Amino acid sequence: MVGIINYGVGNLFSLKSSLAYIGEEAVVTNDPAVLQKCDHIILPGVGAFGDAAEKLRQSGMAEVVLKEAAAGKPLLGICLGMQLLFEKSYEYGEYAGLGLIPGVVRPIAPMIGEGLKVPHIGWNGLHFPKEKEKSPIFADLAENDCVYFVHSFAAVDCADFVTATAEYGAELTAAVARGNVYGCQFHPEKSGEMGLKILKAFCNL
Amino acid sequence: MITKRIIPCLDAKDGRVVKGVNFQGLNDVSSPIELGKYYSDNGADELVFYDITASAEGRALFTDILKKVAETIFIPLTVGGGINTLEDFDRVLKCGADKVSVNSGAIKNPNLIAQAAQKYGDQCVVLSVDVKRVDGKFTVFAKGGRENTGMDAIEWIKKCVALGAGEVVVNSIDTDGVKQGFDLEILEAVCDAVSVPVIASGGAGSMEDFVTLFKELPKVDAGLAASIFHFGEVNIKELKERLAKENIPMRL
Repeated sequence: MVGIINYGVGNLFSLKSSLAYIGEEAVVTNDPAVLQKCDHIILPGVGAFGDAAEKLRQSGMAEVVLKEAAAGKPLLGICLGMQLLFEKSYEYGEYAGLGLIPGVVRPIAPMIGEGLKVPHIGWNGLHFPKEKEKSPIFADLAENDCVYFVHSFAAVDCADFVTATAEYGAELTAAVARGNVYGCQFHPEKSGEMGLKILKAFCNL
Repeated sequence: MITKRIIPCLDAKDGRVVKGVNFQGLNDVSSPIELGKYYSDNGADELVFYDITASAEGRALFTDILKKVAETIFIPLTVGGGINTLEDFDRVLKCGADKVSVNSGAIKNPNLIAQAAQKYGDQCVVLSVDVKRVDGKFTVFAKGGRENTGMDAIEWIKKCVALGAGEVVVNSIDTDGVKQGFDLEILEAVCDAVSVPVIASGGAGSMEDFVTLFKELPKVDAGLAASIFHFGEVNIKELKERLAKENIPMRL
């Protein structure tokens, strides 16, 4: 069973549907007891970092995520849920994240230079660092396979944990991993066949 | 590299796709689920559904079917038609839409864009504009192109982007249905005026028209069309392969 953490942020319909489609039972919940029984946990999220980080703490879900991650359970953060895995974000202020992965989240505008639109929205190819072993969640993907991005902020200062990048005026962090903790800046639940392959591989961890 | 998007657009009435679609191998050519799946499997980068239903019952049928589409198709879905309030946004987002397209609703109440952008984020709000030349000026038309608002199109688009529209679909009434190519003149003017993604609509008659669009106007992010895809005149997969050969970045 996959536990999708519900902390009042974002629309979880597509994520739940995509897991159902690949034959994975999923539950959207904020019940620590239910999450403890799940063998995989997904931390979704859209919206602003500060607001989401606060909701995550207020709902008690931050504590649960940290506990389950420490117990070695595979955890996948998606989009804002991935950014929340980091130490802090500079999205309209300075906010603390979960600190599960070293690094910070910053606006992409100064990174990508002039002439490119923000948010980075659309299908972009993934590049896997050549010097590293490919992350198991990308086992069924090839270099330059496209996934769907929608974001204006990206993780930096986390080179050791980057498992995929996307080219958009700069090499933006597209995915990270540290032990059993995984993060995707893009939306696997909106990335067609490639996205389903990633979700399937995560569920098979 | 970010790819250019190819987007088929489906009109739905009472939960069924209208404007006859002509494909072999589909059991039900007016089922949004079957058509959506067909397009998703054949390379569409995104799907747009316009609900042209007028009645409340028809609306309910549409959201029902939208939910089923979103349960089986995992690419971005944009929904438009009859979006006048925040409740309308909520209704379609809950059923699996990722973006909501506003047109006449925003003309009646521009603040709808600001409210929706604040609640759901800019990326969720798509401004759709029907533009026609009147005395040589790009003018905004409302109600599916039937009503001249007298507003200058570029000014209107700039205003809506400032309010929070995250993407703009520019539909040229002058080129729509003529199948002689996209309206490059108006598209260029819009690209120069705003920094959000611009989606070209109206006028595509062949693969060449898409090649011209992306070559002439590299700032355009996506091409949207309906009948040429529905009638099988242009196959999306072949179109994307063709565009990739022209060095236009595509998701293949």
